[in-house]
Amino acid sequence: MSTGFDTSEGRVFTVSGQDWDALTDQLGEVADERIVVNMGPQHPSTHGVLRLILELEGETVTEARAGIGYLHTGIEKNMEFRTWVQGVTFCTRMDYLAPLHNETAYVLSTERLLDIEDEVPEKAQVMRVLLMELNRISSHLVAIATGGMEIGALTVMTIGFRERELVLDLFELITGLRMNHAFIRPGGVAQDLPPGALEEIRGFIDLMKKRLPEYADLCNANPIFRARLENVGVLDLEGCLALGLSGPVLRSTGYPWDLRKTQPYCGYEDYEFDVQTWDTADAYGRFRIRLNEMWESLRIVEQAADRLAKLEGAPIMVADKKIAWPSQLAIGSDGMGNSLDHIRHIMGESMEALIHHFKLVTEGFRVPPGQAYVPIEGPRGELGAHVVSDGGTRPFRVHFRDPSFTNLQATSVMSEGGMVADVIVAIASIDPVMGGVDR
Amino acid sequence: MTEGNVPDNVPEDTSSLTAPEQEQIGVRTGMFGGRGSGDTSGFGGLVRPVLFPAPAAPPYGGWYDEVAGALGGALEGREPTVVIHRGEITFHVRREDLVTVARTLRDELRFEFCSGVSGVHYPDDAGKELHAVYHLLSMSHNRRIRLETSAPDADPTLPSLVSVYPTLDWHERETYDMFGLVFEGHPSLTRILMPDDWPGHPQRKDYPLGGIAVEYKGATIPPPDTRRSYS
Repeated sequence: MSTGFDTSEGRVFTVSGQDWDALTDQLGEVADERIVVNMGPQHPSTHGVLRLILELEGETVTEARAGIGYLHTGIEKNMEFRTWVQGVTFCTRMDYLAPLHNETAYVLSTERLLDIEDEVPEKAQVMRVLLMELNRISSHLVAIATGGMEIGALTVMTIGFRERELVLDLFELITGLRMNHAFIRPGGVAQDLPPGALEEIRGFIDLMKKRLPEYADLCNANPIFRARLENVGVLDLEGCLALGLSGPVLRSTGYPWDLRKTQPYCGYEDYEFDVQTWDTADAYGRFRIRLNEMWESLRIVEQAADRLAKLEGAPIMVADKKIAWPSQLAIGSDGMGNSLDHIRHIMGESMEALIHHFKLVTEGFRVPPGQAYVPIEGPRGELGAHVVSDGGTRPFRVHFRDPSFTNLQATSVMSEGGMVADVIVAIASIDPVMGGVDR
Repeated sequence: MTEGNVPDNVPEDTSSLTAPEQEQIGVRTGMFGGRGSGDTSGFGGLVRPVLFPAPAAPPYGGWYDEVAGALGGALEGREPTVVIHRGEITFHVRREDLVTVARTLRDELRFEFCSGVSGVHYPDDAGKELHAVYHLLSMSHNRRIRLETSAPDADPTLPSLVSVYPTLDWHERETYDMFGLVFEGHPSLTRILMPDDWPGHPQRKDYPLGGIAVEYKGATIPPPDTRRSYS
């Protein structure tokens, strides 16, 4: 601990743990003054590199501001220097808990500009829905797990990550990667389902049906849990609309707004599921919504798996050879790699196929000039990509409307006037992912 | 496109290449991005205008007319240009009309939800280089529209819409941070993603991506923004 830095106003106390007696001795002299506390950006309970600037009177927060930008990586700028297909590889890394939603948001806008929305094959759409709903489960599991950890419910954390691991295993089986998949591509998806995937998914559904009630048993009626969450981080419907909040926060006010129902995409209108709402508009309601949404996602995954069973061998990419990626991956003796059949074809059999492959892979396809915005319901709310094309082989501009970024603006209204400890609960109920906030 | 890359055969005035109603935002030359070396294919001489979708003429059909009519009424005849492309409707408004339009949309047409503002930099769109694009949603009617306005590089100011849609607070700060668009009337227009003392506005087209050349097995690969690219 050290003191005596020059500041424009007041005295600075730098706290790095220990020596609390010395701090309280010094604070004793200024106890009746307002204190500004910097929480983060490296604080375990601020949900990533989020910096909170809190003005306190005793333990009451009088003003709260959020400082962001610590994880800004320039993904939007980078995408302007890569082809349209390569863009997927970048945007999947934004909100790292919902990579497949990022990809879908970008791909749907691109497909609208390409005017191929109706040509994307059914199997690709079903696979997208399946992956997105699995992703919603894993994302909500992390929201509940980290939210539990931050209020001291460590078992909720360990079981949350235990189940998330199962989802990541499924992702690894289907897409080849646990995160950063770059699997959903303009025109379809990168690969077909591997053999045995449907059995694994069914096994996962059965297991989750046994495991999900554990969260309800641990938390729903737990008096400590309820005391920490109820009436904390309250934001009513008007506040949500004014501040642009969507997702579970908006639904916790009782308003059943879910883009999967109201503005369906990827064929969501063909699935049976219910929009989950709660009427308390507080952190507890948001927890219950996430819990219930996982059940609904399981329902959708189940229906998607049934459909996929009937779609064996169906195409997963648009038929238009000017857009569809020419090669396929295959498992060889040294693992996953380029399909040897395809390489034999382009290197030994057809000069035209080689030229086609080369042109599409190096140059990419052109997207007609214009702009599009096709939002989807991400785990945290409305996620959309504003995509602008100038007719070139690269995006002219891609801007992501990330729900974490927008929702985090509610930090001030949710925590001012409450206790310091409630700030953590309020932010956990927003569930911001800094990778998405800062992009 | 930067100066110096334009081949000799590009006419001084490229407006003759444009269909009258479509908006031209630039000219694309060549095909393979190669410059300076001998062009044996002839494709290097291609000159094509970059044309954005043409404005639509009323009636637009469905609820589009209702919204357009209300906006025309609120603006006392200075009707916005309407572009309908891929089923999405965009209203291009003058920046001085922006607040009136937003208020009308929110209060009379029930566009109660604003998804944010996104900046776009068109360096070749003389006199309106910087665009701001707002995505609005009416949850009551389940409708979406896009609102677009522009400002010249020489005077990069727009009225702030925070008083109409408080959610735009951070979005306008981000657009200022990335494009240098100044939103007049914003309660505290400061940088949000970049450090406070950062020079320049990174998402502008004249701001380089940056990066260093990478050597791999004896070959050197230039950074992405200096690599040869297809035009």
